[in-house]
Amino acid sequence: MATYKLKTPISEEDVRKLKIDDVLFITGTIVTARDQAHRRALDWAKEGKKLPIDLKGLAVFHCGPIVKKEGDKWIAVAAGPTTSTRMDIFEDEFIKNFGVRVVIGKGGMGKRTTEAMKKYGAVYGAFTGGAAALAAKAIKNVRAVEWYDLGMPEALWIFEVEEFGPLSVAIDSHGNNIFEQIAKTAEENRAKIYEKLGIGK
Amino acid sequence: MAINLLRLAVIQLPQDVKQALQHAYETETSPAGKTNLKTILDNIKLAEQTGTPVCQDTGTIIYYVKAGAQTQDLDKIETALTNATRKATQQIPLRPNAVDPLNGKNTGDNTGAHIPYVHWEIVPGNDVEITVLTKGGGSENVCTTGMLVPGEGLKGLKKFVVDTVVKAGSQPCPPNILGVAMGGGADIAMKLAKKALLRPLNQPNPNPELAKLEDELLEAVNQLGIGPMGLGGKWTILGVKIDYAARHPASFPAAVAFNCWAARRATARIGADGRVEYLTHKVR
Repeated sequence: MATYKLKTPISEEDVRKLKIDDVLFITGTIVTARDQAHRRALDWAKEGKKLPIDLKGLAVFHCGPIVKKEGDKWIAVAAGPTTSTRMDIFEDEFIKNFGVRVVIGKGGMGKRTTEAMKKYGAVYGAFTGGAAALAAKAIKNVRAVEWYDLGMPEALWIFEVEEFGPLSVAIDSHGNNIFEQIAKTAEENRAKIYEKLGIGK
Repeated sequence: MAINLLRLAVIQLPQDVKQALQHAYETETSPAGKTNLKTILDNIKLAEQTGTPVCQDTGTIIYYVKAGAQTQDLDKIETALTNATRKATQQIPLRPNAVDPLNGKNTGDNTGAHIPYVHWEIVPGNDVEITVLTKGGGSENVCTTGMLVPGEGLKGLKKFVVDTVVKAGSQPCPPNILGVAMGGGADIAMKLAKKALLRPLNQPNPNPELAKLEDELLEAVNQLGIGPMGLGGKWTILGVKIDYAARHPASFPAAVAFNCWAARRATARIGADGRVEYLTHKVR
């Protein structure tokens, strides 16, 4: 278990160094995107339209933050991760099309995403779900908001962050996925628990 | 008053939840689990110091109102709670979490058809007790109702609970709190399961048989190894709270409701004289 501090844009070489169980802190630009933003981004890519921001080497953050406006400036009040599994249907194409190097979220992602991370060079950094105040503290500036018509939680928020983390590298670019391993362990333990509770199959 | 109640709920976790998380941190054996519990505890402290919501998902707003039958203006409470929700969304601020399912538009103020939802209970007396539960979406997505086989009895229930926790896995922000209910009907079971989440973690079930079942289920699900945030460890669930209703002979409805570790709830009582007493939080 090693600790890495990376700055965006992150290179493929740097991201390939990361292994599951490593701890990662990110400094630079991270962009939030949830279900709706993922869908629109992929639609736009299909139509050949350019996204409002070039995501290459950046981190995409599964997050619907609370942001407030003071004067003409947005302030991130609370910005923890949302459940990533909902984005599983989009993420492989998202990584392929836009070249993001880190996907930040909670709860993990499945096979399709794990394979795309292996193929294109990206990792999944699990941030503690609900730790929204700590996350907001690492956000030094809200650079812009795009696609605000999707609503506050679903818009693309472009954050400048300093040492955003700790992120647990839970899917690396070598095909390893902690969540898959833990799910397997839970399956194995279930049989023993059944027995203890006196439950048949 | 309701704005204050919402503010307390989203910024400051109840003492029993904080204690349970501290205990989990001290006794967790997996390194990833411990790291995540440490982050959780740090986050709780920071939220209190800075007066910001613990979690950015400030939930769907649900009120449980226990109203004394002799209270004046009972008919005005629901409108007052809706207005307070709207104001609190601006002032605290809360994340606007009410989306019209037909057109996908966020209403922007946490109100919409039937939302905030108000559960009513009429009791003797002339004061009103209001509890707010700000219910996170991640933990809501894995809430499950099952129509079990009556012939399997409690064994069927135990299996259902274990299976539901396995299936939920890392998604509901473990360590979670589980509300479990059986009987009544599909709707009644889930209503009771969710309401059971309001019982403090350090308050055992008054029914000794159910208290034993709660302990047994807690021990069982914590042997799954899912752990904090699903990254492995012993603390998957902080507590199990059970309630039940009589069931139809042909049915065994069961429900499992999950709450996030950020189990945000707050209760206040308003006396006939208008005096407000906060029951879950210390207010200076």
